[in-house]
Amino acid sequence: MKESFIYQVFWKRFQANRFALTGAAVVIFLFALSFLAPYITPYGPDDLDLYHVLLPPSAAHWFGTDDLGRDVLTRVIYGARISLLVGFVATGIAVIIGTVIGLVSGYYHGWVDSILMRFTDIMLCFPTFFLILAVIAFIGQSIWYIMIVIGLTGWMGVARLVRAEVLSIRERDYVMAVRALGARDIRIIFRHILPNALSPVLVSATLGVAGAILTESALSFLGIGVPPPTPSWGNILTSGKDYIEFAWWLTLYPGLAITVTVLAYYLVGEGIRDAMDPRLTRK
Amino acid sequence: MVQYLLKRLIMMVPLFLGITLITFVVIHIAPGEPVEMQVAMNPKVTAEARERLRKFYGLDKPLYVQYAVWVKKLAMLDFGRSFAPDNRPVVDKIAERIPVTLSLNIISLIIEFGLAVPIGILAAIRRDTLLDKGITVFVFIGFAVPTFWLALLCMYLFGVKLGWLPISGLHSLGSEGFTFFHWLGDLLKHLILPVSIAAFGSLAGLSRYMRSTMLDVIRQDYITTARAKGLPEKTVIFRHALRNALLPVITLLGLSVPGLIGGSVIFETIFAIPGMGQLFYGGVMARDYPLVMGILVIGAGLTLIGNLLADVGYAVADPRIRHGGKGP
Repeated sequence: MKESFIYQVFWKRFQANRFALTGAAVVIFLFALSFLAPYITPYGPDDLDLYHVLLPPSAAHWFGTDDLGRDVLTRVIYGARISLLVGFVATGIAVIIGTVIGLVSGYYHGWVDSILMRFTDIMLCFPTFFLILAVIAFIGQSIWYIMIVIGLTGWMGVARLVRAEVLSIRERDYVMAVRALGARDIRIIFRHILPNALSPVLVSATLGVAGAILTESALSFLGIGVPPPTPSWGNILTSGKDYIEFAWWLTLYPGLAITVTVLAYYLVGEGIRDAMDPRLTRK
Repeated sequence: MVQYLLKRLIMMVPLFLGITLITFVVIHIAPGEPVEMQVAMNPKVTAEARERLRKFYGLDKPLYVQYAVWVKKLAMLDFGRSFAPDNRPVVDKIAERIPVTLSLNIISLIIEFGLAVPIGILAAIRRDTLLDKGITVFVFIGFAVPTFWLALLCMYLFGVKLGWLPISGLHSLGSEGFTFFHWLGDLLKHLILPVSIAAFGSLAGLSRYMRSTMLDVIRQDYITTARAKGLPEKTVIFRHALRNALLPVITLLGLSVPGLIGGSVIFETIFAIPGMGQLFYGGVMARDYPLVMGILVIGAGLTLIGNLLADVGYAVADPRIRHGGKGP
């Protein structure tokens, strides 16, 4: 009963935020695009057509064609699949690690907390992009490595957030009550504390997806992102940059796709944060 | 205060060791060795010579020995020699790159703070107006645009199409012979694109932070009191609210310090600026282990110091922390 009320309040506030709604619409649209990709475009992402190379945008090729005659719109749509996959898997890894570390750290206090938090501090000291760059370049370029490494270097914020939430939640009466009833730690943590600590995680997860998409594109730009021919927005853009002087469409459209997507996720994330912020209730 | 400082300083030792350990692990989980890279191109190198090379670089010893040797040298500020053919000390290589990256980043940082703080505050004061929304969209776009993409488009537009700005390097050809002002003007012209794009990209975080801090402050009781006293809104905002909203900026400045020597691989690659990012990228690609490790350790170590400075700065500025004796 009470839970559904909270969601109603949340939803009401989220809906009132036009930025957030626009962002959500874009996100849903992108998902539809990537799931329905084969039905939307008559071309395949790897269909070469050497007679129609570097064509400017036209009715047949809305975004033009690339240096191998592939349809750029098709590749951008299929690229959405890859870029979203990278964003979600990388963020999923980061959120799971961060949540577990934050939960354990906040719940157990003491030396466990000290060690885990010092480890978090250490990881936060590193220039993240340098770290990612080095690891990917050393272990080899593959979409899986990229997702894992982005995830492994992105959990620290989540861990700190969750820990802070847990520290305040674990002292509340209801947790004391559950403990007095003899519930085991695992049950208390996952059943009673975690659900109440999830809201800040949701926000950073949304922003994390945006960040991971940007990171992948930056890696692609340096030549160590998702390896071609698999189309990711980053590598479509990168392969087009050499032709920018006479085929600007190769560079422009994938970049726009990244910008719009990242912007959408960011707006959704901010919308969730605002909708959940109790301080904004009294206006 | 002294006790707090001491405690923080002592804490830095294990943290720094942790940094070195992670750096070491990162470098060594990778398959393949620098020797392989050097000899792969050269069929004349025998197995024996390969072994000698490995021994020369100390790669034949067990990992923990390599680690111990490396940390011991680090303690004496010896970062070893580069694996690159020039074989120069890593410290020298880093030292000659730092000024370039540092000055570029300081200029970007000044512009970033100079723009983000006022527009964040403006957005908060004019909350929910068209201005607030406009600012929000503007800074979000800055965040969402992949910087290298924007850089490419700007280079094409301003550099190639319009021919207004130079697009690579820091100096024009023959700039050694320029008079000082000509030289300076030339340098500034080269800096316009990278600096403004970098600043645009980083506006979002700070300005949004400023906005929410200012909103928090405006809701405080003492602001209500100030208003109730009948003070003009201007005085309330600038004398009472602004001071408190600006406090966290100190922390953020401290947190930006470490970013100053790194974080610009993309920019330096795209604009051909000979700085740290370019050095690191080159080092990574050539598997120059000592160089990569040196940059990672120095980068992370500076972050550690930056965090400490930020906390100390905060303690100095905020009497609640100074007298409470407890860190944030």
